[in-house]
Amino acid sequence: MAFFLETMLGGLMAGVLYSVVALGFVLIFKASGVFNFAQGAMVLFAALAMARFSEWVPVWLGFESQVLANVIAFVLAALCMLVFAWLVERLVLRHLVNQEAVTLLMATLGITYFLDGFGQTIFGSAVYRINVGMPKEPVFVLDNVFQGGLLVNKEDLIAALIAATLVAVLSLFFQKTITGRALRAVADDHQAAQSIGIPLNRMWVIVWFVAGITALVAGIIWGSKIGVQFSLTTVALKALPVIILGGLTSVPGAIVGGLIIGVGEKLSEVYLGPMVGGGIEIWFAYVLALVFLLFRPQGLFGEKIIDRV
Amino acid sequence: MFYRENGQFKIAYRADQQIFPIAQDRWAVLALIAFAFLAVPFLADGYLFRAILIPFVILSLAAIGVNILVGYCGQISLGSGAFMAVGAYMAYNVFVRIDGVPLILALLAGGFFAMLVGIVFGVPSLRVKGLYLAVATLAAQFFCDWAFSRINWFTNNSSSGSVAVSNLSFLGWQIDTPVEKYLFCLTFTAVFALLAKNLVRGAIGREWMAIRDMDVAAAVIGIRPMYAKLSAFAVSSFIIGVAGALWAFVHLGSWEPAAFSIDRSFQLLFMVIIGGMGSIMGSFFGAAFIVVLPIFLNQALPWVGSLVGATVSTAMISHAEYMIFGGLIVWFLIAEPHGLAKLWSIGKQKMRLWPFPH
Repeated sequence: MAFFLETMLGGLMAGVLYSVVALGFVLIFKASGVFNFAQGAMVLFAALAMARFSEWVPVWLGFESQVLANVIAFVLAALCMLVFAWLVERLVLRHLVNQEAVTLLMATLGITYFLDGFGQTIFGSAVYRINVGMPKEPVFVLDNVFQGGLLVNKEDLIAALIAATLVAVLSLFFQKTITGRALRAVADDHQAAQSIGIPLNRMWVIVWFVAGITALVAGIIWGSKIGVQFSLTTVALKALPVIILGGLTSVPGAIVGGLIIGVGEKLSEVYLGPMVGGGIEIWFAYVLALVFLLFRPQGLFGEKIIDRV
Repeated sequence: MFYRENGQFKIAYRADQQIFPIAQDRWAVLALIAFAFLAVPFLADGYLFRAILIPFVILSLAAIGVNILVGYCGQISLGSGAFMAVGAYMAYNVFVRIDGVPLILALLAGGFFAMLVGIVFGVPSLRVKGLYLAVATLAAQFFCDWAFSRINWFTNNSSSGSVAVSNLSFLGWQIDTPVEKYLFCLTFTAVFALLAKNLVRGAIGREWMAIRDMDVAAAVIGIRPMYAKLSAFAVSSFIIGVAGALWAFVHLGSWEPAAFSIDRSFQLLFMVIIGGMGSIMGSFFGAAFIVVLPIFLNQALPWVGSLVGATVSTAMISHAEYMIFGGLIVWFLIAEPHGLAKLWSIGKQKMRLWPFPH
């Protein structure tokens, strides 16, 4: 039982990260109708920026403090994402208005390739560490319920906490600020939003920037756990089945979907994996999403798909 | 002046319905095929065959397969690499497990099994479409990657996980020099391109296009969506499977699942997009572009670097390749969303008036 719970907790933690990446997908899809394949590349790019700036800044400015370096690096990385969002809108989205969804998807694939190459050109392609002072030592909880207690990584707990904070801040931003309200209007109906004077282009920059911030947060959590490296992009691909499961347009869907995928993946790996030779983690999420689609095409929380001729 | 159909009268329906109704087109295509079969073997050297021509010919075939599904039937697939892998591995199994099976039969068997897998993974297309389907096809990709690296039966229990074939022969003809390989693949591609061209002109091709343009409306006028979609998946993955078998058998010789990773799927999709969706000709353009571009960049970048007096490391080149590749794709989508095939047809339109615009 304790082992089962530990596996499940591990899955939940992985799921939190999938959720954060999936959140970026959903935000962009809602606001600009773009299925943003580049979210994975954005995670890598943001994490690379964070890791390298936190190395470089102390050298440039000549101080020692790790905390200060991290803060400055975070701000610089966020600035990078802002510039990126602005460039994407200026150079890509603006010219592809009214194109089919497939074309936009292809364009984000192009952005993915560009960003992968660009990030590694300026930031280097080795494995980098992000050290934001996450505690590494595990703790044991519930000693009196199970023999030996449950092994929980403090790091994972903090990661979950950060993710929860991010979601809370985002929902505050969307519910309480004028910009957030404008973004929700754009997500509901592009034309109506534009007709009452919401500047679509600026909204796209903002929403890509917000997605960039979620990518940065995901990148930091992941980077401090397994190091910043190219494989981050493939892990980020896992966010695709997550949003399919949760529904393309639903923020709660992204979170719940992420947790389901994370837990399902870990449990299946541990309990079903040995039967078929192991390693099923790499496809379980996709097949789960596939099977799920057969029964509920719009996902858990997605809007019902209505076809009109 | 030279390219127009004036004066070409048809006196039979057959003549009116042939693939290339305009005589100039017909001659140009025949000349091109003759050139590819007869002249290229004497003009190109071994490197050109191995690095460019053979990959180009095989990937064109795969791109035709993808184009049938994506361009003609409108079902986005990110799992093309998986169908190539199925073709390659099943052809391998047929080839080594059945004694004395002819090479052609093994390759077609690869296509056949790819077709079965394609139909299975095409079933979700009956329920979902567009971007949802794209993600669903990713399942095929990752599942096949896993199956071919973990299930030993597929690799004939090879310890390293990679498999190899040798001694390819066709009716007593040993296929071992690059020229022979090229001709062998070219024959396949030419035959399948012809078949595909005829399929998309026929009733079933029009059903696919109707489904692509608006599936609900197509269903209303009596096209069975299930039949149309699954047949597109079947035909497409058969062709992709044969291409995969050729890629593995003829081009690679020995391979492992990484040869058919998700990057391959993206590459095939790019070929279709850049070449032109819904165009057989475009598949060739796209394949040529995607095959030649990395080689060109590989040669050109160090040269550009030396011009500005900087040495360019290999890592730099590969990163720059990514950047230029990505940038070009975005530029292409903005400048010409309908691909190179559209430029081709614009060119043909211009040619009809040239040099006397009226």
